[in-house]
Amino acid sequence: MRDAFAKELTDLAGQDDRIVLLSGDIGNRMFDDFKGRFPDRFFNCGVAEANMTSVAAGMAMCGLRPVTYTIASFNTVRCLEQIRLDVCYHRLPVLIAGVGGGLSYAENCASHLSCEDIAMLRVIPNMTVICPGDVHEVRGALRAALLHDGPVYLRLGKKGEPAVHSSEPPFVIGKGIVIRQGQEVCLLSTGNVLPLAVRSADALEALGISTQVVSCHTVKPLDHDLLAEAFSRFRLVATLEEHSVLGGLGGSVAEWVTDHEPSRAVLLRCGTADAFPPGAGHQEYMRQIHGLVPGDIVRRVQQLLKASVSAR
Amino acid sequence: MLSHDELTATARRIRGLLVQMSHRAGAPHLGSSLSCVDILVASYFAALRIDPQRPDAVDRDRFILSKGHAVTTLYATLALRGFFPVEQLVDFGVAGGHLPEHPSPGCVPGLEAATGSLGHGLSLGIGMALASRILGVSYRVYVTLSDGECNEGSVWEAALMAPAKGLENLVVIVDFNKWQATGRSTEVLALQPLREKWEAFGWSALEVDGHDMDELASALTRVPDGSRKPVAIIAHTVKGKGISFMEDDNNWHYRIPNLSEVEAALRELGHP
Repeated sequence: MRDAFAKELTDLAGQDDRIVLLSGDIGNRMFDDFKGRFPDRFFNCGVAEANMTSVAAGMAMCGLRPVTYTIASFNTVRCLEQIRLDVCYHRLPVLIAGVGGGLSYAENCASHLSCEDIAMLRVIPNMTVICPGDVHEVRGALRAALLHDGPVYLRLGKKGEPAVHSSEPPFVIGKGIVIRQGQEVCLLSTGNVLPLAVRSADALEALGISTQVVSCHTVKPLDHDLLAEAFSRFRLVATLEEHSVLGGLGGSVAEWVTDHEPSRAVLLRCGTADAFPPGAGHQEYMRQIHGLVPGDIVRRVQQLLKASVSAR
Repeated sequence: MLSHDELTATARRIRGLLVQMSHRAGAPHLGSSLSCVDILVASYFAALRIDPQRPDAVDRDRFILSKGHAVTTLYATLALRGFFPVEQLVDFGVAGGHLPEHPSPGCVPGLEAATGSLGHGLSLGIGMALASRILGVSYRVYVTLSDGECNEGSVWEAALMAPAKGLENLVVIVDFNKWQATGRSTEVLALQPLREKWEAFGWSALEVDGHDMDELASALTRVPDGSRKPVAIIAHTVKGKGISFMEDDNNWHYRIPNLSEVEAALRELGHP
């Protein structure tokens, strides 16, 4: 995703001279093209994310469209107050791009994981939170975010994620994208687990459970129409994310369910546990630990479907 | 530009307004507000290239009061400079009013940034100063910090960045009144030697008497100063300046003057 981000951002900067890129001493060669074409609009801000965020806010106050870029955990939690007060309080069009959201940097352990960022950013007023599901969504999300009149957190994966879309789908902030239609179960995926949602749906379909898959790329604002339809039409709605089950997409949808009419569907939240990683391991290993693999997701869906039948 | 006497008279009038605003609203931080009055008066009445009729002009000089707890000084200065009617100052701290005890975005014309949590203003100023270069519009950016604010790590992140980018159109003014909320700022953390610190970080640093209008106006006007570096003005000030029974008494960080103290202060300031 990060290469798609860099290329698209460079293309967009050629069309809009208000776009400025601020990097937290990362992306060594990735932005060479940007730096070569727009040397006056690239700033390596060093390992100083609090300052970088406020610098971006100051630029936006003067009419520019700054993008801050570094590892997701450092570009969010490290500088949360600067995001809250300088960017969001002033409702400035600053794009905060976090690379390696969720478990992408699992081998670096807890310091580099970002499984609380969605929760922390989505509660800030004026903030929009977008987690694209593949490279095609990254391009659409970036374009939409740079046209958005306010702060956006763009939560990227890292690299090499498989594409789910064959081409770029129409991208609208706050509107989920239906990947495949189904009748019984609806999987709402946000971010880099979209391929996992598709594989899980394949497994459910093989068991005769008709499954819809939606890329719920925008966690804030939620797609109210989509949720209203999903919770009235399906028997089970499951959220999938590389984020804590507290406060991410699952938490948001649980809040939504509480605030709306009694629904037909039961809700299953699949995400990371409320715990730091026990030790070493790569992304796939960490996904297994947290049950973010098709086998565990299928098993939990089946159990809940069965329980919801016997409860009636 | 106002004469020296007019500048000091303006500062005296603002000090009277601050005492009354603090009393009326029951709002703290009077000592902090009094300490930076002369810095703001010299900035707004002698240095800044601004037009109160065009508060959003793209080429205006920017002034950020990073020590947002002293915002009464900024409100009063902006009002006297003509950005909005002085009568509106009675709205300060009133529930439902538009002048909070720490500024909100755009709460009055001429206010560049909402501040309050310390350590944000200098970085905002860097962004504005870089924007001047990117947009090809010439202006200067002034940021006033408190000395206690220099405890914040983000101040020093910013202090490292501005010289690296050669921001000669950026000025930091440290209101060095030697106090922070609960103790001597030179003792709570190792703040001194303050000028040398800024110098070592790559700034063109100088020390001035923060209550001497001529010294302040001269330093604030000479920007850029030819060094190709950002400018750091260490302004030696007295907390509670201008009212004898408040000067250098840190109780006035939080204390709110009662009616007889307001009257005594106004008498001392020569207010009617």
